[in-house]
Amino acid sequence: MDVSQYLEIFIDETKEHLQSLSDHFMILEKEPENSDTINEIFRAAHTLKGMAGTMGYKRMQRLTHDMEDVFSEIRSGNMKVTADLVDILFRCLDALEAYLDNIMNSADEGTEDNEDIIKLLNDTLKGNPAAEGEKTETAGEQKEAESSDSSDDNEEKRKYRQFQYAEFEKNAIKEAKEQNKNIIAATIYVQESCLLKAARAFLVFKELEGLGEVIKSDPSVQDIEDEKFELDFSIALITDADEEKVQKAILSVSEIDKVYSEKLDANTLFQTQEEPEVKEETKEEEKPAAAPAAKAAEPKKAPSKAVGSKPVINRSVRVDIEKLDDLMNQVSELIIAKNGLVSVSENDSNTNSQSFTEQIEYLERITTNLHESVMKVRMVPIESVVNRFPRMIRDLSKKLGKPMELYMSGEDTELDRTVIDEIGDPLMHLLRNSADHGLESAERRKELGKPEKGSVFLDAYQDGNNVVIEVRDDGAGIDVEKVRDKAIEKGTITAEQAETMEDKDIIDLLFMPSFSTAEKITDVSGRGVGLDVVKSKIEGLGGDIEVRTKKNEGSTFTIRLPLTLAIIQALMIELGEEKYAIPLNSIQTIEDVTPEDIKYVRTKEVINLRGMVIPLVRLYDILDCPPREEESENLTVVIVSKGDKQAGLVVDNLIGQQEIVIKPLGKYINIEKMISGATILGDGEVALILDANALV
Amino acid sequence: MIENNEAVMESKQYIVVKIDSEQYGIDIGYVDNIVRMQRITRVPKAQPYFEGVINLRGEVIPVMSMRKKFELEPDVITNKTRIIIIKTEQQALIGIQVDEVKEVVTLDGSEVEKMAYDKNREEQNGFLTGIGKHGDELISLLNINAVISEDI
Repeated sequence: MDVSQYLEIFIDETKEHLQSLSDHFMILEKEPENSDTINEIFRAAHTLKGMAGTMGYKRMQRLTHDMEDVFSEIRSGNMKVTADLVDILFRCLDALEAYLDNIMNSADEGTEDNEDIIKLLNDTLKGNPAAEGEKTETAGEQKEAESSDSSDDNEEKRKYRQFQYAEFEKNAIKEAKEQNKNIIAATIYVQESCLLKAARAFLVFKELEGLGEVIKSDPSVQDIEDEKFELDFSIALITDADEEKVQKAILSVSEIDKVYSEKLDANTLFQTQEEPEVKEETKEEEKPAAAPAAKAAEPKKAPSKAVGSKPVINRSVRVDIEKLDDLMNQVSELIIAKNGLVSVSENDSNTNSQSFTEQIEYLERITTNLHESVMKVRMVPIESVVNRFPRMIRDLSKKLGKPMELYMSGEDTELDRTVIDEIGDPLMHLLRNSADHGLESAERRKELGKPEKGSVFLDAYQDGNNVVIEVRDDGAGIDVEKVRDKAIEKGTITAEQAETMEDKDIIDLLFMPSFSTAEKITDVSGRGVGLDVVKSKIEGLGGDIEVRTKKNEGSTFTIRLPLTLAIIQALMIELGEEKYAIPLNSIQTIEDVTPEDIKYVRTKEVINLRGMVIPLVRLYDILDCPPREEESENLTVVIVSKGDKQAGLVVDNLIGQQEIVIKPLGKYINIEKMISGATILGDGEVALILDANALV
Repeated sequence: MIENNEAVMESKQYIVVKIDSEQYGIDIGYVDNIVRMQRITRVPKAQPYFEGVINLRGEVIPVMSMRKKFELEPDVITNKTRIIIIKTEQQALIGIQVDEVKEVVTLDGSEVEKMAYDKNREEQNGFLTGIGKHGDELISLLNINAVISEDI
């Protein structure tokens, strides 16, 4: 069977499962007894095994199979989770990730057998006296349960008997009985080789709905549609047809393996109903006392419950990012066209009737909303990037021999897809930096009276039109003197320069290429490539980065990223004949300044604004505008900020706020950093966008 | 594609433009579009031969002045001035501003005199690939890639 068409789905799902494994291993390390986690891992390993098997990835299948065996033992209480085991499990995870990498690159899992890991897993199993004998047995049992072997046509197969009917469902059944309709319950098994289980299930439902009304299904219809079931699902149907006909209808769908069905009698149904409910309750009570045992007793139920407790995240469609880009481009065109209409309506008095203006305003609202919607479609929670970090910090902690913990918040903060793809590496760099340079050794921390365990924080939140990501540690902070000495030694600055530089500027030197203060180069960081790369990457995304540090209290790296890359709100300004756009999100206020307000500090023009000394930037001169005759006395100053730094941009005229589409200037033409792009105005003219960050 | 054509000496079409007093031919294969002079937005601190950028159907495209590139007298904008939009091999668009677009001519391989055919001297070829003879007029054939590249 050709499975290549499923490769993409396989890769996506495997990624999800590996992430889930990673998350749960982390939990397991802290709570080795957590039976929910153990079950979840077992389930993930089992699913991975099945998927790898279907796709013909034998090595991957073997490894996951052995993991599954180990967890089967743990689950049944025959084994305990140890720190060693967690280490082995993380190695498994790495190996699986390596397989996945190979598969992604070449559609082949590669030739690495990972014998050593498999041996470790098996040794763990053997180290446990009870394990060996039972191992094959449990594996066998598992298989049996999954493949719906026909040999035992018993209670367990007829899962519909475990249905818990809600009140309204009971009423529906009673009513049906009064109307002399049949109530037929069935458990349907899909063939193990079936790749589109949800589609098959859907067809079954369609068939059944042709016969009557499906009043109950387990898992829920939503879960079935999202393929959140193993190989079987159960339904209850109210119909005029008899059992045989229902059976036939179900079996008419291809790739259905078996159907167990039964005509139910409403009376007996509700009597037997009471019993399992009571049972369930007692089990719940037992659980805390003998969690692993209780779990083992209901191996089938627990996983499905775990699935149920997951938030419904799968109401989604996977869309190629290119299609979204197309959509975005078209929205951009629309906005340009709208701006054109607006400027026509403003300039042409003939068309300036009331209703015309109203329609334009309406159009404006729609395009703005449309733009927002499209942007939202492109937004991805930052979670998909940061969820690998806890694992990384754990590994670093072991490698560096420093106890540390990563605390994350705001993982649900959303960013544009293109930004998400790029932000991972810089964040990883910063975290490694914090772990390696930032945090002191445990002994040193003790001396300082800090808790031995270092803390690294990763916080993300939205701030207006920006998303802020902070990487913070409670370590030693940046040693400004050391940086100063190093900078002089490296010739980055001269000793005289160093004298006059403020601490903040010194720290900014860290972002210069090839600047590393780590005394010894470790495997983790300190090769001198790092912060400058981080900085350039973040600036490439239209963001910026800042550091704050306090000796012995730690440092904070603050990354500020724009929410959107393509369309922004901007203030249009005039310089002589030329028009420029300044992104609104960097503008603080607009001030009128009289010549008397201008003071000089070190021959530079500044103004004193509500206690802040703000340097003035004469855009006219910086942008080499053609000379002009007169200059007005009073200055219009746009105050822009970058982090806590500010600057006043002197402009001639303010035109107004406008939604603009950022266009690249094209190849061939060299542009200064202070121009971040161009935009097309309503009248078709091109205006350049000033990057306030480069001007501050 | 250009190289292949050269080898078999096939006839090719050129757009003849006037820059200062000279006539130049631009291989029609590179030409995406010819537009009338329009408002050009100056780009501060760009290379001096760039006039700025224009809006061509919603795209922002840089425009260079051939006169500035060739270090001739400054441009005088007339109603004959045109911007020729060139599509480069990297699929990027760039505009070149010329004094006048005259006609399209077809030059046979035999009508073209190569400028220094020697491949090793590629760099010294400068902006021209050859001289075409059309009737009794001479047309300098532009090496578009050289014209738009940075270094020369």
